[in-house]
Amino acid sequence: MGKNRVAIVGTGQTFHKSHRPDVNGQELINEAVQAALKDADMKINDIDAVVIGNMDHFEGINYVDCWSVDGSGGVMKPIIKLTTGGTTGSTLAIGGYHLVGSGLFDRVLVIGWEKNSESDTTGAITTAFDPVWDRLVFAGAISGLAVEAQSYMAKYGATDKDGARVSVRDRKHACNNPHAQLRKEVSIEEVLESPVLADPIHLLDVCPRTDGACAVIMASEKYAEKIARTPDWIWGTANRHKYSYLGDVNWGELDSMAEAAGEMFEKCGIKEPRKEINVIEMYQPYSFAGIIWIEDMGIVERGKGAEYIWSGATDMGGELPINPSGGVIACNPIGATGLIRCAEAAMQVMGRAGDRQVPDVNHAVSTGFGGCMWTDILLHGKQKPQI
Amino acid sequence: MGAGTKNTFDGIEPLVHKSQISVPYHWWAGETASRFFVELRDNKKIMGTGCGGCGKTFVPPRKTCPVCFTENTKWVECGPAGTVTSFTVVRKQQEALHHKVPVIFALVLLDGADTALLHRLDEVSPEDVKIGMKVEASFSETRDANMTAIAYFKPAS
Amino acid sequence: MERAAIIGTGMTKIESARHTETFADMAWEAVNKALDDAGMTIDDVDNVVTTSNDFWDGRTISCMAVGDASGASHKNVSCVEGDGTFGAFYGLSRALSGSYGTTLVTAHSKGSESISSLITNASFDPIYDRWLGMDMVSASAMQANAYMERTGTTSEQLAMVSVKNHGNAVKNPLSQLPMSLSVEDVLGSEMISDPLHKLDCSPVSDACCAIIIANESRVARYSGCPVWIKGAAFCSDAFFLGDRDLSRAKALTEAAAKAFSMAGITNPSKEIQVAEIYDAFTYQELMWLEEIGLCESGTAGSKLEKGEFDIDGRLPVNPSGGLLGGHPVIAAGLIRIVEIVKQLRKEAGEYQVDAKRGLAHGVNGLCGQSHCVWVLDSEG
Repeated sequence: MGKNRVAIVGTGQTFHKSHRPDVNGQELINEAVQAALKDADMKINDIDAVVIGNMDHFEGINYVDCWSVDGSGGVMKPIIKLTTGGTTGSTLAIGGYHLVGSGLFDRVLVIGWEKNSESDTTGAITTAFDPVWDRLVFAGAISGLAVEAQSYMAKYGATDKDGARVSVRDRKHACNNPHAQLRKEVSIEEVLESPVLADPIHLLDVCPRTDGACAVIMASEKYAEKIARTPDWIWGTANRHKYSYLGDVNWGELDSMAEAAGEMFEKCGIKEPRKEINVIEMYQPYSFAGIIWIEDMGIVERGKGAEYIWSGATDMGGELPINPSGGVIACNPIGATGLIRCAEAAMQVMGRAGDRQVPDVNHAVSTGFGGCMWTDILLHGKQKPQI
Repeated sequence: MGAGTKNTFDGIEPLVHKSQISVPYHWWAGETASRFFVELRDNKKIMGTGCGGCGKTFVPPRKTCPVCFTENTKWVECGPAGTVTSFTVVRKQQEALHHKVPVIFALVLLDGADTALLHRLDEVSPEDVKIGMKVEASFSETRDANMTAIAYFKPAS
Repeated sequence: MERAAIIGTGMTKIESARHTETFADMAWEAVNKALDDAGMTIDDVDNVVTTSNDFWDGRTISCMAVGDASGASHKNVSCVEGDGTFGAFYGLSRALSGSYGTTLVTAHSKGSESISSLITNASFDPIYDRWLGMDMVSASAMQANAYMERTGTTSEQLAMVSVKNHGNAVKNPLSQLPMSLSVEDVLGSEMISDPLHKLDCSPVSDACCAIIIANESRVARYSGCPVWIKGAAFCSDAFFLGDRDLSRAKALTEAAAKAFSMAGITNPSKEIQVAEIYDAFTYQELMWLEEIGLCESGTAGSKLEKGEFDIDGRLPVNPSGGLLGGHPVIAAGLIRIVEIVKQLRKEAGEYQVDAKRGLAHGVNGLCGQSHCVWVLDSEG
């Protein structure tokens, strides 16, 4: 818990697509920034500092903080880049939180973006892993996730049908979200009949590649209540980027989620997440994660994830909707994705989520995922946190 | 700790694993840059965009003004002549260079523009290049829709 | 700004190629040295910020290479991509936001493992500029010409920076290139890109550096001698080289002014007693000194000639040997901070100067687009 309160006062996103030939990267960033400024009714001159991130090798541009300034509004401002793989978006949100919470800045613009269409995503992701030990045997993100799913299935008897139920949920939710890339429902049969990428993961179990940008404006308490009628207060953040080598990972359980969520809930005074959290925007890059990682988060007991999903509890209208935006399976501009989760959670708290609004949101959780099974997590709230 | 490690590996040749990142890129130029390149290719015109707020004309063109943050809707023809605002002559071959040294790089502030274009000078000897000299664009005979449509800048006639 | 101090520092030696170590090995060395220096164990570190660059490291998610070795396995961690001074700034904000009392900041790169011309060429805009085949050296050479044209600074004066800094490096056991040079040696060295000769350019090196920042409430708990952070600020100029007046560094002037204001400094050229400036090229030391406000515009060259910035001069600049003495990209700015800490604690050995208050400076991007300035003081 910080000692200065920080709130999100505005968000903006592009309308995410598989590719955006009409704009270059800077222009894409600018769209999201202009949308966030409009949402907060602010001008770029009101911004004290900019935090930006993406994964370098997806666009092949070095020193993106410097390169982006025309679009990000960083000319003659402090601008800094954070990058931590898939967790970049949520790491950026956490960055904004600390920059404002430190008292060094009052209004910070946080930007996450990616133009995945401009490169070979798998080729680039593979370079994340150690060139001597892991890179030669690693085949991109999907292979790692398949290992996780297999480990969980072996322990708890889940099947690819359980994963498919998560896909069905998220693809249905995406139909309410005008920003999502994939806005067509899928059925369990369609998921199971789609090509297998890496057993047990089917094509319709995983995220697409997307061009998109997201911007979030964070403000200190002094400014937050002047700018937004219902600011989204950041109660706390936590993360774990443990594991650098694939062989070290505890496959089948997301340790980083268990540790980070445990730390965050404890320091924020959340004792029963399932009861106290009203909506979760989870960085869920493939369907199975929706079963496994809610166990690690402490929503349900170990081994009970699939049952909870099948009960409808996480659908819109259920006791704890997950991914009302459609989540990552519907849309994945990687450097933005974690920030989009944060923005979507903020919109839920602020009451600005349109057709995907969950009623009476008091607390929301947003998460980030990436790297070698890493997790970032943020707790959002309508009430001001104790400090 | 450090010293112990060194003794263990004394006399052992360190492994060098050579590889290259092989990620192919193709960048969307976007509509603004595309129009700029098409004008170079089809009409041998160098176009900038103008901001309605501060009045600056940007070459290369920007979709929005970086300072005013409003859309630049005016297209303004600039050059083909301009002034060298700075330059360098590369003498030692570098890995990024495509041409053989000496290569002259320069910032050229085109007539009508408020920002300078980064490009190459040719048809001039390095000793004769000066900050403030007048140059003009020399277009390639066959042109693609990219910056090489201007082959180089040369001293203005 | 609330009070915070740097209570521990550590770094590897700067070398042209550290063949026997991976990034993690270097981080392990630097982090342990910093912990020892602070009188802390890794459990006393509340959170970690690593600083690295995916292009220089040849791997996307470059932070993954050093997280474990930096003790981040069970901690909150983040990564800044940019010069180490920026990483340290973010680390500072995390120590002030109330969430953490101590932040470990690391920064690393191994220039020996990549081709710097190609790496820096990748910072050029891919649509309009990259095709030219320019890199950090040719871009900086262009800026040097603009600066020399505007101020009348001469090649001889540039060469004197090289003579001074390589000479200072002789007394710094961690530097890479200690050399006793003459102006003629520098001017006679191979011309890379007019007006920069080989000895006007810093090398591209391997090293890792770590510092530990503690907010006021935690400083007294550890034995590490605190050096207080009085001011820290950063600012970026426009990106396209043609959008800027390359002979000036507006963003640096702005960042420095903000840092001085935070520190209550009204007359920097008198109140700053030692400076570690980001001298990736000789002209940069002179240009940045002027733009920071440590001397008037156009006067740095002649002041250098008079010996004002020598190690025994009025305002010692880069007593450590600076980047010319050894330049691990990304780590370089954090090392500037460490060198000022050493000076203010009187731990600089043979290159010690007499100073209570110093300035450290780092740069990100081509031709000094983005700058970060730190003002440090031996007293709180």
